[in-house]
Amino acid sequence: MKNTLNTKQLDRRSFLQVTALAGGGLMIGMYVPEALSQQRGPGGPAAAPVPSNYITINPNNTFIVMAKNPETGQGIRNALPMIIADELDVDWNQVTVQQADRDQAKYGQQIEGGSTAIPSNYAPMRQIGAAGRALVLAAAAENWSVPVTELTTASGVVRHAGSNRTATYGSLAAKAATMQLPANIPLKDPKDFKIIGKALPSIDNLAIVTGKPSFSVDVNPPNMLHAILEKCPVFGGRATGANLDEIKKIAGVRHAFIVDPPAPAAPGAGGGRGGGGGGATWASGVAIVADNWWIANNARKSLKVTWDEGPVAAQSTLGFSAKAKDLSTQAAQAPAGGGQGAAVVGNVDAAYTAPGAKVVEAEYYFPLIAHAPLEPQNSTAHFQNGKLEIWSPSQIPNVDPCGVAAGITGANVTMHLVRAGGGFGRRLVSEYDIEVSKIARMVADERTAAGQPSVPVKLLWTREDDMAHDNYRPGGYHYFKGAVDASGKLTAFRDFVATVTQTPVPANEFPRGFVPNFSVTSGAITPFGIPTGALRAPGTNGTTFAMQGFIDELAVAAGKDPLQWRLDVLNSPVAPDPAAAGGRGGGGGGFSAARAIGVLEAVRQMSNWDTRRKGLPRGTGMGVAFQFAHAGYVAYVVEAAVDANKKIKINKAWAAVDIGRQIVNPSMAVNLVDGGFIEGMSHVMNWEITIDKGAVVQKNFPEYNPTRMSHVPAGLVEVKFVLSDNNPTGLGEPSLPPAVPAITNAIFHATGVRIRTLPLKNAGYTWLT
Amino acid sequence: MPNYRLNVNGRQQTVDVPADMPLLWVLRDTLNLKGTKFGCGVGACGACTVQINGEARRSCQTQVSTVNQAITTIEGLSADGSHPLQKAWMEVDVPQCGYCQAGQIMSAAALLRSTPRPTDAQINTAMTGNVCRCGTYLRIREAIHLAANGGRRA
Repeated sequence: MKNTLNTKQLDRRSFLQVTALAGGGLMIGMYVPEALSQQRGPGGPAAAPVPSNYITINPNNTFIVMAKNPETGQGIRNALPMIIADELDVDWNQVTVQQADRDQAKYGQQIEGGSTAIPSNYAPMRQIGAAGRALVLAAAAENWSVPVTELTTASGVVRHAGSNRTATYGSLAAKAATMQLPANIPLKDPKDFKIIGKALPSIDNLAIVTGKPSFSVDVNPPNMLHAILEKCPVFGGRATGANLDEIKKIAGVRHAFIVDPPAPAAPGAGGGRGGGGGGATWASGVAIVADNWWIANNARKSLKVTWDEGPVAAQSTLGFSAKAKDLSTQAAQAPAGGGQGAAVVGNVDAAYTAPGAKVVEAEYYFPLIAHAPLEPQNSTAHFQNGKLEIWSPSQIPNVDPCGVAAGITGANVTMHLVRAGGGFGRRLVSEYDIEVSKIARMVADERTAAGQPSVPVKLLWTREDDMAHDNYRPGGYHYFKGAVDASGKLTAFRDFVATVTQTPVPANEFPRGFVPNFSVTSGAITPFGIPTGALRAPGTNGTTFAMQGFIDELAVAAGKDPLQWRLDVLNSPVAPDPAAAGGRGGGGGGFSAARAIGVLEAVRQMSNWDTRRKGLPRGTGMGVAFQFAHAGYVAYVVEAAVDANKKIKINKAWAAVDIGRQIVNPSMAVNLVDGGFIEGMSHVMNWEITIDKGAVVQKNFPEYNPTRMSHVPAGLVEVKFVLSDNNPTGLGEPSLPPAVPAITNAIFHATGVRIRTLPLKNAGYTWLT
Repeated sequence: MPNYRLNVNGRQQTVDVPADMPLLWVLRDTLNLKGTKFGCGVGACGACTVQINGEARRSCQTQVSTVNQAITTIEGLSADGSHPLQKAWMEVDVPQCGYCQAGQIMSAAALLRSTPRPTDAQINTAMTGNVCRCGTYLRIREAIHLAANGGRRA
């Protein structure tokens, strides 16, 4: 059965636009007003529809396909053009991918975040490709006076079998641009896909392995100067003075000035730094601008700044922990309920005291962590004649706050999207874009006053700048109390969370809906002046460690196999709880027990759980965990060995993944699961950010060591995609969260020691290398 | 500022830079060779790895005034991707974000020069100073073995 694109239905919210190109080319694009209005915020003016150019058909029968989204390493520059090209029915080697600038009137939402690129673009990209094919078919049908139904396509060629005639798309493009889109545009039967579902290597591999300039930090417009921005180590502090005259005397330094903080009422500055791209703003500090970056950065050795550190200087991790403990004590004494994200079903207290109940209590903690993408934050901007041109590595490119910083409107900002050396959520807050806009404007003004021409400026942070000025994954303090009855059935589950986020636990987090008495309440740790933000799988990347760890403890209390016990709970839903079904689940719709069961059963089979786990040598264990995150379901089984010196070796990780019926690019998909697991190892062993006197303690990778090659044995991760009959969804996020508790649960099985606090280095553990 | 004569990818170049300027920034900002990457500035991530006289060196920790032997950067390995490691990297589809990969390849190239058929343990030792934040280590190891095996799957 073929899917059909009904253009009448489509018309209500989308307009396909076709434009003839000089030289016989054809452009086709799609304009999505709803996506625009959501992007521009409530009450914002709708943009006028503009012809866009997802597809260019060249007369020589090659094709340019636009990559609409920013690329930070998830392979979306491959994936979205692959979808278009398949429905267009051309060969991948006929396609050149071109990166789109930031232009939401043309492309709608252009965001890398929340694993949303595939679920929100899979259908529209198919429709755009299919519409291009339909126009070419219509042109051929008219040329040959034959019904469209008698025509077939392959490799960018239309064929009429009856008359044995063929024509390339390129030869038909000029006429195709004049054709009306038919009312019904057929989509391919997925079994006919030739590109979607193929393991295709990245189009950028050649440039990457030969060292071609590919990244934001490589942007190099003529006459560019290089900037650093020295910020106050204490969050929220501001520069009140500096030895600028001395700095300006250093050879190669061209400008040095204090950057004042934004005025409190500055538009676009509200919402705090953790509020996403739209809420980000620049920080106060001292900018040094020089002929090359090393001179600018080296000048910091001579820089003396006086800071007004502000109130956050009184805050520390020790203080936050003490506050969390206070809150938990108060919560245990007070009646149930309350706090952000509260959800209370039944009566947990009654269940604890029921005859035969086994009660388990445990405290879990996970720290703030930094994103640490390998490319330090940077951005390049040129302010000239009242306009700003900017080359941005942002995951959520936004011209408006850059305009504010440069003193112009967003309409006067041109933004190019440049490949970023990793995102992981760090580049969802784009203060470097805003800072460079501010600095570029100040440099331009100084140069104008001195009678010099305007020049572009690149701002590049050091690793230390990034470690000290991230928007950190919020830490969490979870105080659990649960109960199982004499038969091992889960009867009560309570989690009190001392937190700094508004949703300490996703509304429909398992086991809600599968236990008659359930309580999540929270208390806010205040004051808390540390900026927090989304890190890969926000909402679940830390919580899953705590929840799936405590669930493992309950399985032990129940005297059951921990994998089977999870299945038993999933197979015993309590009375429907509408709130549980409708929640966001860490960012993606309602929770499906069937899909969770599916990945658990798959990983049980892959890992040979039932027999392998019984025959392990002493000191080796197997642990399991699963999570629903950002619309995907992932279950891991991990086998780990722990020696007497607390050296840990992960022998193997099996991953079962359900992200719907179609994997767009299996090569990148497997890569992302490998990477999610290996990132989880960093969370387990080494990563924490601590605060002392309002500033971050950890400076660089020696204090914040990521997983290394020697920690990762060959063949470590084995991935299976469980193809369920659901629309395709993203994979950047869901592969991470359950990796962490699968490892810590394996350590428990190996040693009998329950891991309730991360990272493990603080308890004397290391990786065996 | 003093002049320094450098042999970079077989070309003699003269640069007029401070003596303590790290080779990384001479390559990137003075010679406009952007393939060598800045990751940490303290020699802890390997993104800036180049070869000096065939040995892997962290260019962020190498002052330009101390360099008197031939420098090879990722651009000098081959410009067209024909080096066995570059071919293997593409065949295995190693990169995610790709930022670390030039440094990874330069470390791997130095390893294969001294140890043409490395074991997993030898790869670990040679490569553990190179961070891949995306976690592509499994494919990096696979690509090194593939290149060492003449491009044939073992």
